[in-house]
Amino acid sequence: MATIRIPPVLRAAVGGEKELSASGSSVGEILRSVAEAHPDTQSQLFSADGGLNRYVNVYLNDEDVRVLDGLDTNVGEGDTLVILPAMAGGAHPAS
Amino acid sequence: MSPSGAEVLRNIKSRIDEVDPAAVREQVGNGAVIVDVREPEEWGAGHIPGAIHVPKSYLESRIEGAVPDREKHVVLYCASGNRSAWAARTLIEDLGYEHVESMTGGFTLWKDRGYEVETPRTLTAEQRERYSRHLLLPEVGPDGQQKLLDAKVLLLGAGGLGSPAALYLAAAGVGTLGIVDNDQVDLSNLQRQVIHSSERIGVPKVDSAEQTITALNPDVKVEKYPVRLGAENIVEIIKGYDVIVDGLDNFPTRYLLNDASVRLGIPVVSAAILGFEGQLSVFKPYDGPCYRCLFPVPPPAELAPSCGANGVLGVLPGTMGLLQATEVIKLILGEGDPLIGRLLMYDALAATATEVKVRRDPDCPICSRHPEEISDEELGVFPDYEAFCAGAH
Repeated sequence: MATIRIPPVLRAAVGGEKELSASGSSVGEILRSVAEAHPDTQSQLFSADGGLNRYVNVYLNDEDVRVLDGLDTNVGEGDTLVILPAMAGGAHPAS
Repeated sequence: MSPSGAEVLRNIKSRIDEVDPAAVREQVGNGAVIVDVREPEEWGAGHIPGAIHVPKSYLESRIEGAVPDREKHVVLYCASGNRSAWAARTLIEDLGYEHVESMTGGFTLWKDRGYEVETPRTLTAEQRERYSRHLLLPEVGPDGQQKLLDAKVLLLGAGGLGSPAALYLAAAGVGTLGIVDNDQVDLSNLQRQVIHSSERIGVPKVDSAEQTITALNPDVKVEKYPVRLGAENIVEIIKGYDVIVDGLDNFPTRYLLNDASVRLGIPVVSAAILGFEGQLSVFKPYDGPCYRCLFPVPPPAELAPSCGANGVLGVLPGTMGLLQATEVIKLILGEGDPLIGRLLMYDALAATATEVKVRRDPDCPICSRHPEEISDEELGVFPDYEAFCAGAH
């Protein structure tokens, strides 16, 4: 089982959990099993063609899966997947 | 009968190598270490550019720290060439330095020849006291403090992140702090925006921040920009700054800032906060990835909570803003490992920090190109995004 870290903006879609566990041997399998268990995450993680949305980064431990084998990247027992969508909360100088 | 001092000096000069200022001038920056052995006040009044300062009275105890390699070519100078001759003898005969020369005529002759002189600016007595804890750190010291005093840092927002960053950068003696903010102080800001105060509700944030900064440290000059940052003014505002502290709350301006800062080559220390969590990274153009390498496109409005009001633990922007201030100071001093090509995620509830690698995208629409190729029209451009995000307010 791999651990998946859920960012704040996706937590509502997974029942408020900060971390999930999911089985699968690749990044794609694991994320698809997350989307099956929590259908609200489907459109947030995946684009219509089944690829990762470009505004979401996924890291296997500390490495961007896009510089590995993308969704085909192998995931081992005890690995951690970090899902990282862009955040922009701060001051309000432009509001 | 003991020989006179003048006789001893003649004897020493006959045993050591002396070198004319003209030859020393050619050796500056050419492998030789030029050491000024005069007293601190003489050094402070002007010295040979590129020289290091080891007063003769501290020569034996400090030269190894300054020039550890005894085979290194060392040229010593003083005011006239006498003290440096004594010092040369010490280095050769007592400390085993192999290639030592003393400059004839000293700094007086150097100046008379009209060669270049560097006059270090010195800290005032009050500054030496104010920054004494910095001066004790080898990584800062008088030179580092001078770099801080000379530095110009632009804060985008005097809000949650900008408040603590501005306070500590001001305390540290960053000489110029620019602040871009067109908002007024509101009661609901005071839970986290510690540069403001209850008496200043309704006051423009740039004015409130300036009051606090000036009261904290009169060395700091505050440049106020009570405007909304946009494509029409960004280049004019940010040019000339050494580092930018980004605490922006919205994606269109964040991309705009990225594109403009890449074009102008200004590093951006960026943080974002939400709830109990923060992100931090340093985007140094062409040394590391830019914001578009990390996030090539902004998220849709439902995944961009910045488009609306959200809760945040009041101390969290304090934590993240001070991490930003720390990175700013590291960049100014050139010390440590800046958070370039790395993104730090801090979870206040879990008390954990996680780091991931950020790579430069060889196909990045902005930083894969030369800065002069990035046109005004391209800065911050995303079709319809601004209208989309504005509609979500």
